[in-house]
Amino acid sequence: MARKISMKDAINEAIDLEMRRDPTVILMGEDVVGGTGSPGEADAWGGVLGVTKGLYAKHGKRLMDTPLSESAYVGAAIGAAACGMRPIAELMFIDFMGVCFDEIFNQAAKFKYMFGGKANTPVVIRTMVGAGFRAAAQHSQMLTPIFTHIPGLKVVCPSNAYDAKGLLTQSIRDDDPVIFCEHKNLYAHESDVPAEAYTIPFGEANVVREGKDATIVAYGLMVHKALEAADALAKEKVEAEVIDLRTLSPIDWDTVIESVGNTGRLVVVDEAHPRCSIATDVAAYVGQNAFGALRAGAQMVTAPHTPVPFSPALEDLYIPSGGAIAAAVRRTLASGQGAGAQRKAS
Amino acid sequence: MADNPFPLSREDLLKAYRTMRTIREFEERLHVDFAKGDIPGFVHLYAGEEASASGIMMHLKDNDRIASTHRGHGHCIAKGVDVREMMAEIYGKATGACRGKGGSMHIADLSKGMMGANGILGAGAPLACGAGLAAKFRGDGGVGISFVGDGASNQGMFLESLNLAAVWNLPVIFVVENNGYAESTSVEWAVACDSYVDRASGFGLPGVTVDGTDFFAVYEAAGEIIRRAREGAGPALLECEMVRFFGHFEGDAQSYRAKGEVENLRANRDCIKSFAERVIEAGVAKREEFTAIDREVLDLIEDAVRSAKAAPLPTAQDLLTDVYVSY
Repeated sequence: MARKISMKDAINEAIDLEMRRDPTVILMGEDVVGGTGSPGEADAWGGVLGVTKGLYAKHGKRLMDTPLSESAYVGAAIGAAACGMRPIAELMFIDFMGVCFDEIFNQAAKFKYMFGGKANTPVVIRTMVGAGFRAAAQHSQMLTPIFTHIPGLKVVCPSNAYDAKGLLTQSIRDDDPVIFCEHKNLYAHESDVPAEAYTIPFGEANVVREGKDATIVAYGLMVHKALEAADALAKEKVEAEVIDLRTLSPIDWDTVIESVGNTGRLVVVDEAHPRCSIATDVAAYVGQNAFGALRAGAQMVTAPHTPVPFSPALEDLYIPSGGAIAAAVRRTLASGQGAGAQRKAS
Repeated sequence: MADNPFPLSREDLLKAYRTMRTIREFEERLHVDFAKGDIPGFVHLYAGEEASASGIMMHLKDNDRIASTHRGHGHCIAKGVDVREMMAEIYGKATGACRGKGGSMHIADLSKGMMGANGILGAGAPLACGAGLAAKFRGDGGVGISFVGDGASNQGMFLESLNLAAVWNLPVIFVVENNGYAESTSVEWAVACDSYVDRASGFGLPGVTVDGTDFFAVYEAAGEIIRRAREGAGPALLECEMVRFFGHFEGDAQSYRAKGEVENLRANRDCIKSFAERVIEAGVAKREEFTAIDREVLDLIEDAVRSAKAAPLPTAQDLLTDVYVSY
């Protein structure tokens, strides 16, 4: 039975159900219990934003607070995964990857290949991503492209509660290492979520809005900005199709190519920086594999090539907006073949 | 036969000797064949350090896991990885332990509890914590062993792991194989504390230093701390003071070493020679038994090289497989 719950609660529920289902699932991270060894409540925080609150009461020692020591505990999660466990390690902010990246990209990502197929590393690294929290340059980044670049890793970034639960359940059951990116500005976002466990397969994008005039490809928070743009464009009789990638590695090229085949126009939205990003990746892929379908050059809407600024006045400018996405759609409609033609819904 | 004054049975003494001799001959042969240009890439040889790998691994079973280093051949052999598959891997062949995709620095066999040699110094320590954590959850009495050299003992990953293992009370043993050199840089200069026992106690861990060229010293110290870990008493650090017969990697001219240093070590601190002398002197085994093992080991290595050379290379199909379980 589906109820409307937040993405935060959907994530908590996915972990709870998988921990009930599989005794090898364990969870570790800084303050995931919150308060271990302290004089007050043992289960005080349940994660820095309360995402894992209540799980300690249900699963006890299978939830482990860690020292502030990402290399050690992320590496330990990876080592335990190679020894038959299914650990979930919470890397509080993706920005902290700098202190533990070796264990992720040189160890977890490579075991399978480097050891001739003999090792599986079913670890999930849950991590918060994205700007808009006034958390400044070292707690706000969208570093998904860095992980997507690495063979051996899978990269997931849900845009809503329903997808978060299904994709996290799949991540925990998956036999490969998964970087599960949770946008902190979506934790409160609610959608209908079934109470029981379910999975969403990786590599299946979701067409969240259909349209025949232009294709907008996005993921995470940017899906919502793209929908805002599509609403605004609809008032101008422009019907934009919005694709939520949901997983970045693997990525669903077929859905993107099929949509561009119908619309002939592509706008890719990415909260990451403009260079070597998901945006450039999608634009390049479509350019190489569906050039004939494109009626105009692909447009990219990304964060600027700057660190994330602190001042709300600046951070709001930094984050790609619905207005910027709508403007990019208008640009692509005004260029290339059939430029400026009124593309009314018939 | 005389009474056995050693803490190992006669069979185990001969087994330990065979392990050490196999490591030595494996490495001596690689030294020769590398110089001939037969072997691609880099190899870091373990010759001179055999007592550490075998003295520790004699206590381990397949459900005990080790995380090794770039200088990992000895750990692999002592943990039971197939010598022919190892040689084929080093030759980059499809029949290798890692199907030719890992090479000398990444030989692994999870079924034997060997979690991999590692090209990233210190990266194995958190992995060994994970092995200890998994054993703790399973309750099977298994332990995780992290090997590092004196060089990697300065890595953050290693130092963080000492703390994590202590905080979580993990059955993990941190072995520092101190051969005096981080590549070419002296431990005297690069490690600021006077003793690894002090470094361990700074993290709340017991530590012990042994002569890593004395098999029996390693065996007894390792036995004690592994027993403690199995019983739930937590992690410990073992420093083995050892010697490196070859350079950091093959092709290293070793001009940073003292004149005559290696010759002196080979003459006076050869762990295999001293092991055999002690066992023979005690009358527990005869010299002929050791020389018979020597011949068998030489035959095994010769066979491993011959079969590695004859083995097929991986093909273009192999390039793209085993990146993921499913994708």
